[in-house]
Amino acid sequence: MAIVAQHTKFSKIAWPILAWLVALIFFFPIAYMVMTSFKTDADAVKPEMLFSFTPTLENYANMTENYDYWRFATNSIITSVAATIFTLVVAVPCAYAMAFNPSRGTKDILMWMLSTKMLPAAAVLYPMIFLTKSVGLYDTHFLIVMVLSLINLPIAIWMLFTYFKDIPKDIIEAGQMDGLTTWGEVREILIPLAWGGIASTALLVFIFCWNEAYWTVRLTTTEAATLSKLIEGNRAPEGLFFGRLSAVSTAAVGPIVVLGWFCQKQLVQGLTFGAVK
Amino acid sequence: MGRIVLENVTKSFGETEVIPPLNLTIEDGEFAVFVGPSGCGKSTLLRLIAGLEDCTSGAIKIDGNDVTKVPPSKRGLAMVFQSYALYPHMTVRKNIAFPLRMAGMDQSDIDARVDQAAKVLNLDAYLDRKPGQLSGGQRQRVAIGRAIVREPAAFLFDEPLSNLDAALRVGMRMEISELHNKLETTMIYVTHDQVEAMTMANKIVVLQAGVIEQVGSPLELYRTPRNKFVAGFIGSPKMNFIEGDAAQKLGAHSVGIRPEHIDVVEANGQWQGTVGVAEHLGSDTFFHIHNTGLAETLTVRAIGDISLTHGDTIHLNPRADEMHRFGADGLRIA
Ligand SMILES: Nc1ncnc2c1ncn2[C@@H]1O[C@H](COP(=O)(O)OP(=O)(O)OP(=O)(O)O)[C@@H](O)[C@H]1O
Ligand SMILES: [Mg+2]
Repeated sequence: MAIVAQHTKFSKIAWPILAWLVALIFFFPIAYMVMTSFKTDADAVKPEMLFSFTPTLENYANMTENYDYWRFATNSIITSVAATIFTLVVAVPCAYAMAFNPSRGTKDILMWMLSTKMLPAAAVLYPMIFLTKSVGLYDTHFLIVMVLSLINLPIAIWMLFTYFKDIPKDIIEAGQMDGLTTWGEVREILIPLAWGGIASTALLVFIFCWNEAYWTVRLTTTEAATLSKLIEGNRAPEGLFFGRLSAVSTAAVGPIVVLGWFCQKQLVQGLTFGAVK
Repeated sequence: MGRIVLENVTKSFGETEVIPPLNLTIEDGEFAVFVGPSGCGKSTLLRLIAGLEDCTSGAIKIDGNDVTKVPPSKRGLAMVFQSYALYPHMTVRKNIAFPLRMAGMDQSDIDARVDQAAKVLNLDAYLDRKPGQLSGGQRQRVAIGRAIVREPAAFLFDEPLSNLDAALRVGMRMEISELHNKLETTMIYVTHDQVEAMTMANKIVVLQAGVIEQVGSPLELYRTPRNKFVAGFIGSPKMNFIEGDAAQKLGAHSVGIRPEHIDVVEANGQWQGTVGVAEHLGSDTFFHIHNTGLAETLTVRAIGDISLTHGDTIHLNPRADEMHRFGADGLRIA
């Protein structure tokens, strides 16, 4: 008994401390970035000014005036929203078919889709650049939306498939008996019942789209360039502009962090594939 | 109207043939019960009729129309599932109204029919609840309500009562029978419980491994089972089977006699044995008897309370005209 009691007492104190510690370690870079964004470039590199500095909005003003922040932000919003919608439009029917009318190959297709995530992106970088340039798609919104959608489709289909699997097949069949067409089943039964799962999936896909950097940086120049490109562009080779870079980064991750904060519950559910109820 | 005809229907899942060629006619207004042991293909057969599974070959006709390739929604049949399969996100009212809404009926007509069905099924008080807030029996009633509002050509039930407790099951059994008397619509009912089959059916279809063993009224099956399987399946407690030499003496490969067709006598019985277990129900007494030289255990049902218990010697007289004789192939000898 004593051992058990001690054990629970220990875990009551130790686990929260550990959790806070880990959280702080994870949070520090973000806090550091936000603080730095309010320093001048000169102050930013001085270690003695880590916590004590005179805050300035110069970097943010500079960013909106000289770097056209809003254009990048608009592109990010357009491409992420469009890609999220397109991904769902493809993934919902696909996962529906796999969950309720599986064929012999369904399991293999699911595994294959996951395996595409194992392909190193760099391997297809040059073909992608040459191809898109030659067909005139390079640096277009359309291309970025397509690329973002294709990258996220496997994970979206997997997530939705797992959620749809939880819906009893009887209910779908009752719907068929009651006169539903296939589209009716999706609209009247599937979407209302899996609403939470679909929302989690959409949120996660949106975040992945917003954060995507590898392709958005390499397949755009100006027209379709997203916030990732803006950050990349400020990683200036001519010198270290930490203040400026931090401001740009803060402004880029800000919206998504706020969104994530408000949707924590859905996110956790999404990332754990609904295992946490 | 709802006359359902199955012509040479077969069903295979991949390589395994679940239903070999099968022919069956269910007349309009009949209460047909598919009964058989677990895994014999009852549900599969019902789902073929519903259109939820495709026939591998053969044809299904409803009122003369070939519906083999018609999707479930267009067959005009209603189904009640074992799991109820209610729409959890809709209220009881919306659940019952759902098929009517899908059919594009006027809202005022829908309301009228839903209220009517709710009255018949005693669901008035629950119309605004969600299925999650109902008991099992109430859920099953909602599922039946959803089926009757459509005024289908036939109702299909797949073990609708097996999730209910025993008392409720008896009550719902009566309600479904009454519903059938009132609506006079064809009903096909799947169960593995032969008591349900005997009490509800006009026509029982006994299945084994996808093959129809016998079709007939409950009493036909009880009185003249076509083979040993049907004889053993219909009736409770089960028929006693006498095999080997004892059966040869009675003039058959094996002889069956129902527990209620063996009389308990004071002395000088044709047969005698030792009482193993005696179940005293008051109205009846069930004896499980050993050492008869006929079968491992002989079950006997006696009317009233007979005060014999474990270890006592019991004297029995079988009714000769109630014996069923079967040949080596298991078929009844006329
Ligand atoms: N989708 C399927 N794929 C493969 N085999 C199946 C499928 N559905 C049913 N079977 C097989 O077909 C046979 C008949 O199944 P069915 O569900 O019709 O039995 P049942 O008589 O309804 O049994 P129960 O009383 O247990 O419900 C079983 O052996 C089952 O394993
Ligand atoms: Mg079944």
